[in-house]
Amino acid sequence: MGLETKIEQPYIVTRLDEVVNWGRKYSMWPLPFGTACCAIEFMGVVSGRFDISRFGAELVRFSPRQADLLLVMGTVNQKMAPVLKQIYDQMPNPKWVVSMGACASSGGFYDNYAVVQGIDEIIPVDVYVAGCPPRPENVLGAVVKIQEKISRESIQEWR
Amino acid sequence: MPPVPSQGLPQQEIVARLQEKLGARALKVTTCAGQSAVTIRPADLREALIFLRDDSALQFSWLMDVGGVDWMGYGGDEEQDAQEWRFEVAYQLYSMEKNHRIRIKVAVGVDGSGNAESVPSVWDLWGVANWMEREVWDLFGISFDGHPNLRRIMCHDEFVGHALRKDYPINRRQKLSRPSEMLLCGRHEWA
Repeated sequence: MGLETKIEQPYIVTRLDEVVNWGRKYSMWPLPFGTACCAIEFMGVVSGRFDISRFGAELVRFSPRQADLLLVMGTVNQKMAPVLKQIYDQMPNPKWVVSMGACASSGGFYDNYAVVQGIDEIIPVDVYVAGCPPRPENVLGAVVKIQEKISRESIQEWR
Repeated sequence: MPPVPSQGLPQQEIVARLQEKLGARALKVTTCAGQSAVTIRPADLREALIFLRDDSALQFSWLMDVGGVDWMGYGGDEEQDAQEWRFEVAYQLYSMEKNHRIRIKVAVGVDGSGNAESVPSVWDLWGVANWMEREVWDLFGISFDGHPNLRRIMCHDEFVGHALRKDYPINRRQKLSRPSEMLLCGRHEWA
């Protein structure tokens, strides 16, 4: 081909999407939006026994402007809904959302005047995690699902 | 070792003292699980509570809770069905000095258009009553005369109606279009 003669170091030919997605997959920065007991379960997810850092997502950010993975954990009531929307809007692209537990996904058993019946009424959701609360393994499963989704994406989808 | 508090006065004695003070204005006395409750009219509330707080043998220094009750549609017993008022406001009192408790209920009727009678505020007797009365107003629509800041405290400020009234539809939800004022730091008066 001739290119080998120009570049003396070893090199790999690939697609740009593959490289970028590979980087994005293993360096997600989660923002924990914890409003109920699911957030307690998240403490187990980040701690030693289950250890979300095995999946590259251990750098928990408390500013939405530094995060790309929004973990909504717990009951979101009508008063909190505009706050969640504002936090989602503050996150820079690309960004993904995990709805953790029954309350965030569907309102759970809080079928009443105060509680939003699923956060997908407010913001788009990528992965729903079942459970009340879910096991830490389920949350790690959601992270893997997000990684699979990232690997199917193209950098042209996000502006 | 701090001194072990005494058991305080028995419920019957507290009720007897209050009845001595109010006479027939103590409408009803009920006892459940060893706890007595005295039902009175809103007009007598402040007199009764000031007496309970300041009497040297009673000394109810702590208003533990204020709650609302809506008896609409209750099919519990004949006595309850026959009562002419729809709402009650319940005051839970505790004496830290004497270690005894009492419950005062205020009978709150409604007028022809369904508006609840108002109840005198007691926030000047116990400061905690401020937020508790706001909560009762927010969820039951019972207003408190003399309250300095009777605004919603649980539901958001675009909410219409009173959520814990029995005639509030169980599945009616009301969205908030913007972040609540209480969550906007610095622009809110925390009275």
